[in-house]
Amino acid sequence: MGTNLTIGKAINAGLRAAMEHDPKVLMMGEDVGKLGGVFRVTDGLYKDFGADRVIDTPLAESGIVGTAIGMAMRGYRPVVEIQFDGFFFPAANQTFTQLAKMRRRSAGKLSMPVVMRIPYGGGIGAVEHHSESPEAYFQHTAGLRVVTVANPEDAYWMIQQAVRSDDPVIFLEPKRRYYEKAEVDTGASLAEVTPMGAARIARPGTDCTLLAYGPMIKTALQAAEADTDHSIEVIDVRSLSPVDYPTITESVKRTGRLVVAHEATLTGGPGAEIAARVTEECFYHLESPVIRVAAFDTPYPQSRLEEHYLPDLDRVLDGVDRAFAY
Amino acid sequence: MSETAAHEEPELIQLLTPEGELTQHPDYPLDINAEEIRALYRDLVLVRRVDSEAVSLQRQGELGLWASLLGQEAAQIGSARALREDDMAFPSYREHGVAWCRGIEPKELLGMFRGVTNGGWDPHEHGFHLYTIVIGSQALHATGYAMGIQRDGAVGEDGTAVISYFGDGATSQGDTNEAFNFASVNNAPVVFFCQNNQWAISESLDRQTRVPIYRRAAGFGFPGVRVDGNDVLACLAVSRAALDNARTGNGPTLVEAFTYRMGAHTTNDDPTRYRDAGELDEWKAKDPILRVRRYLEQNGLADEAFFTQIDEEADRVGEQVRTQCRSMPDPEPLEIFHEVYADPNVHIDQQRSEFADYLASFESAGAEGGR
Repeated sequence: MGTNLTIGKAINAGLRAAMEHDPKVLMMGEDVGKLGGVFRVTDGLYKDFGADRVIDTPLAESGIVGTAIGMAMRGYRPVVEIQFDGFFFPAANQTFTQLAKMRRRSAGKLSMPVVMRIPYGGGIGAVEHHSESPEAYFQHTAGLRVVTVANPEDAYWMIQQAVRSDDPVIFLEPKRRYYEKAEVDTGASLAEVTPMGAARIARPGTDCTLLAYGPMIKTALQAAEADTDHSIEVIDVRSLSPVDYPTITESVKRTGRLVVAHEATLTGGPGAEIAARVTEECFYHLESPVIRVAAFDTPYPQSRLEEHYLPDLDRVLDGVDRAFAY
Repeated sequence: MSETAAHEEPELIQLLTPEGELTQHPDYPLDINAEEIRALYRDLVLVRRVDSEAVSLQRQGELGLWASLLGQEAAQIGSARALREDDMAFPSYREHGVAWCRGIEPKELLGMFRGVTNGGWDPHEHGFHLYTIVIGSQALHATGYAMGIQRDGAVGEDGTAVISYFGDGATSQGDTNEAFNFASVNNAPVVFFCQNNQWAISESLDRQTRVPIYRRAAGFGFPGVRVDGNDVLACLAVSRAALDNARTGNGPTLVEAFTYRMGAHTTNDDPTRYRDAGELDEWKAKDPILRVRRYLEQNGLADEAFFTQIDEEADRVGEQVRTQCRSMPDPEPLEIFHEVYADPNVHIDQQRSEFADYLASFESAGAEGGR
């Protein structure tokens, strides 16, 4: 059963399926009710499931995550929307000191099946605090799972997998790709689709592995097409915590080169950790150092500068060239 | 002063004076018999003993830290004895008296301060969440839990209520104020129970607030009340009324229990650096246990044998606390990796396995006679 959906609509359809499947699933956030969210990702859910299950909260991110923790203790499965990446930070305490640690500190007596949906990344010409890529903070935090989607198919299925997980899941939505459209097989079952933690080879190749996720997958695929001199394999890592290293190292052992591209800043970014691990596990297979293509170690700039700041097609190709310079 | 005037300015709800006189309050009638008051006396004495034993155990190196409840026994026992079995309490980290009432064994509390657990009890089994150390965080958890109760349809005559404990310092936290607001707009069945013990480590109350804490509630749109936190009967009556309001769908209440931290903030603290000894003497005169004893004695409701029997029970509890604490083993090293995630996690599995091999390498080195 195929349906043509945008990423945004696919998440919406996945949330609807999750709410239909389990009456304990709730939506919480700012403007998620009547408005359907500023990106309309919860569109129609308020009308069909009511104000008790689609909760317009006061404008307070710490309050949203903190009350979601209490709801989870009472047996609910809250899906929290943080309106924009930069507005996550007021909720940092509840996320890092409470949500992420609750299972461990209760010795497994408390589960935190909370999903935190966060539209992230730049490229939409926004004002400050609307274009950030905070994934490294989450990846660094024990107890959180961190996933991101790059296409409507994954969007539809992974949001449902995230809701079913008994762990807190940070679900990062590539906001500049919300309107990318593709066929989604909504007739498959959750049991048979790719697990949430698995990476996926988005384009096979033989000479160099190009690893990306979320909004950078489209750019990575364009780069692979554009480089007619080399056969580039593109991996969509999908899960940043845990990272599916077997898929990555199998690829790198074949290609001998790895370029990691992300919108997050360079230093201490996801690419740094992946580079270290791949170097440990593929040392004798590498033809070049692992190359990172990332945003600069500066605050996100004014939108008129973002095209220089974000790794684009040319910057990714430049990274690939650097890998082949060895 | 007329009754009306007293009603308009409820400065301090008190039912039992420091001298042991029982009074009545028109808004908080308390139907209680002598046996129930003797039971409260027993609670107060026993938790004070658990607390003083724990302070000693810290001094002896058996605990890493202890946060003493000395002086706050009445606020905790009074409010916790107002809870029903299905109600849920969200403590800060000093609520040893509440834990006692919720059936948590003292050794579970000691385990956390000894560093062998992060709180070993099951929050659902006891209706008592784990201790929360980041100040004010639990007020939001309590509110969210109360919003869950609403969605379960468990508000009404036999409804369920939630109580969130925190101190005067916590009223400065954003989370506490966000909790007040979330609870208010959702009319959630939660009682915010603030033990104003006058000190947030070294900072006196005037560093936290310019208005009496209970009056903050008005700005959020729900009632606030100040109760004598050293009066177990007033704390019981006021908490019971607030919890009943919550469980029947009348929304949150802020209770400010006006009390005093008679000891240090924790065993690492030295209050002589920031407060006068005279202040402590004033509050000793308002001791929460002494006034109950006076009431029982003055009214012939307990004899010397009763007090001796309670003291002997306290000795037994103290002995048990000491034994249990000293016999608590350290967790085994691989426990580090337990219950980080519900789902299988390859990173954790790999690190556990590598660390297990690393530890085993010492054992095999030892078996071979070492280096």
